[in-house]
Amino acid sequence: MTQLVEPQACAFENPVEPYLRTERMPHIWCPGCGIGTTVNCFVRAIEQCQIDLDKLSIVSGIGCTGRVAGYLRLDSFHTTHGRAIPFATGLKLANPELKVVVYSGDGDLIAIGGNHFIHAARRNVDLTVICVNNFNYAMTGGQAASTTPIDAVGTTAPYGVVEKPFNLPFLAESCGATYVARWTAFHVRQLTKAMIEAINKKGFSFVEVITPCPTLYERRNRLGSGLDRMQWFKDNSIIKNNTDTRECDIEFQKPIICGRFVDVERPSLLENIHAKLEQIRSGKRR
Amino acid sequence: MVSGKQDGVLTGAFYLDGDHACAEGAIAAGCNFVAGYPITPSTEIVERLAQRFPQAGGTFIQMEDEIASSIAIQGAVWGGAKAMTVSSGPGISLMMEHIGLAAMAEVPCVIVNVQRGGPSTGLPTLPAQADMMQARWGSHGDYEIIALCPNSPQECFDLVIRAFNLSEQYRLPVLFMMDEVVGHMTEKVVIPPRETLTIVPRRYTQLSPAEYLPFRAGPDLVPDIVKAGDGYRFHVTGLTHDERGYPVMNAGCQDGLVRRLVDKVRKNADKIQQFDADQLEGADVVVISYGITSRVTMRSVQEARARGVKVGHLRLIVVWPFPETLIRKLATQVRGLVVPEINLGQMVLEVERCAGGHCKVVPVPHAGGAVHDPALITEAIVEAAR
Repeated sequence: MTQLVEPQACAFENPVEPYLRTERMPHIWCPGCGIGTTVNCFVRAIEQCQIDLDKLSIVSGIGCTGRVAGYLRLDSFHTTHGRAIPFATGLKLANPELKVVVYSGDGDLIAIGGNHFIHAARRNVDLTVICVNNFNYAMTGGQAASTTPIDAVGTTAPYGVVEKPFNLPFLAESCGATYVARWTAFHVRQLTKAMIEAINKKGFSFVEVITPCPTLYERRNRLGSGLDRMQWFKDNSIIKNNTDTRECDIEFQKPIICGRFVDVERPSLLENIHAKLEQIRSGKRR
Repeated sequence: MVSGKQDGVLTGAFYLDGDHACAEGAIAAGCNFVAGYPITPSTEIVERLAQRFPQAGGTFIQMEDEIASSIAIQGAVWGGAKAMTVSSGPGISLMMEHIGLAAMAEVPCVIVNVQRGGPSTGLPTLPAQADMMQARWGSHGDYEIIALCPNSPQECFDLVIRAFNLSEQYRLPVLFMMDEVVGHMTEKVVIPPRETLTIVPRRYTQLSPAEYLPFRAGPDLVPDIVKAGDGYRFHVTGLTHDERGYPVMNAGCQDGLVRRLVDKVRKNADKIQQFDADQLEGADVVVISYGITSRVTMRSVQEARARGVKVGHLRLIVVWPFPETLIRKLATQVRGLVVPEINLGQMVLEVERCAGGHCKVVPVPHAGGAVHDPALITEAIVEAAR
């Protein structure tokens, strides 16, 4: 029998460990899944942001990415399916000192939670939203989603999807987001930087991360392993900052446009609330 | 909390409708976050709060729907706010999943339901009491909530304060079950000075982050709470969880958690219950009523007494948890229990269950859209006394 190496015998602690609830490991994610990669990037991002981690809250919905909140050693909230954004809105308004990050999947944020997503962007509520897009509902076994490309298959679209998927950067920008970026799980450095920029951005900032789901999406669509998919992301991503988000549609096995697309200034919800209260206090608004 | 100047409670005597009195009661209770979505006949509550909060030191946000409203308040609670949402039938139906979350994650909050006729869009501008079972059982799974039924604008003020107090004490959602008539009737409302009001503070833990377990309960079965930003780095989930708040997917953990969530109400029911008893001693018949129907019942009881019937009146103020022990005892002492309600038989099922065949149980149903004709209740009393 092979002798197992005691964990204490490791010479170095993984640098991300202080930010994780290691007592909850192993995590639930499959080998080759991209969510863990995004969490590594996020941890490095919050480390580099040098924000007070006691004042950072993370809110997730339901699904594979919905489990992110539970693995981060922060004030963390695993809410209901699709409702992370309105929960986070209440949290932020109740205590504006908090930095609030919503971290969830495409099905959660964009399908069942789509209405909350567009309204939060419209309000320009001071939140960072990180959407891990693996093109399907993974927790429930690989159903088609509102992000699945046309002709890709899922268990509820066995002959291929016939609906046009959402273009998330375009959706976010058109509803009012102040920061919009898209990267894949391959682009760890760019993704980390985008997360830093998003966290430091005033108002509603949005980062889409395209990730492999080798157990379901890649397997059913015969796209190979998680590693194959990372190679594909490497070979088929077009980095083009400031691309018009209308051109950011994703088509099945066509190149994916990545980059920072939107970075604008707009008064945030909290700024507008404070300005209104000033008007009321000074008697200009009765 | 985002706030303007702190004028706080409006003390004095006012002429208010129930919706506005409820809004003032919430402010007096220290509520400083309300999320809502317009729906008749509850809208006046959020309209008043939108007007008053900049002075009273609270935040109102009109969300995109009732689903968002019912979870925005829970985010606000974890941010340290005292929070409430307000709605009516269709909106309350949309909130059901989040009533379950508030029960599961033990989030103190108040959900006001100004009841109107249903099902579906039903009678937006007319009264009903047909959401009483939904209040108790509407979300999936086993859980307990507390529900109160005011019967006047004064009680909309007084009892919404108790609703907040109970939510804080037992860490659960409290449903404040008004109805269209109570919400829209205008009467004198006396608001006492703030310092004379009893306000239960949030039960924040005294333990350090190293010692604290978010879901370890004390002898009263209720755990102490923390809020985001205080260094506790705690986790909250709607999944079945252990004392650390971490998900545990097995029958043992489920049993421990769900039993505690239910028992914290069932075993404290005596402390929670509240009712008005009028001449129950020696009565042949007792009418059991709640909300606006109790006002109508007062007339019926007077008429029945004038006709020589020994009739008592038990008005339920806290409807959930149901006063089982009291009803069991009454059932052995009277000939009949009469239960008028503006629905086709909801709380009467609880009365029948507790009466256990010891006496007649006479429902006086009404499909909604108006209050009862008092004569109908009078006849039921006279009939039950025979």
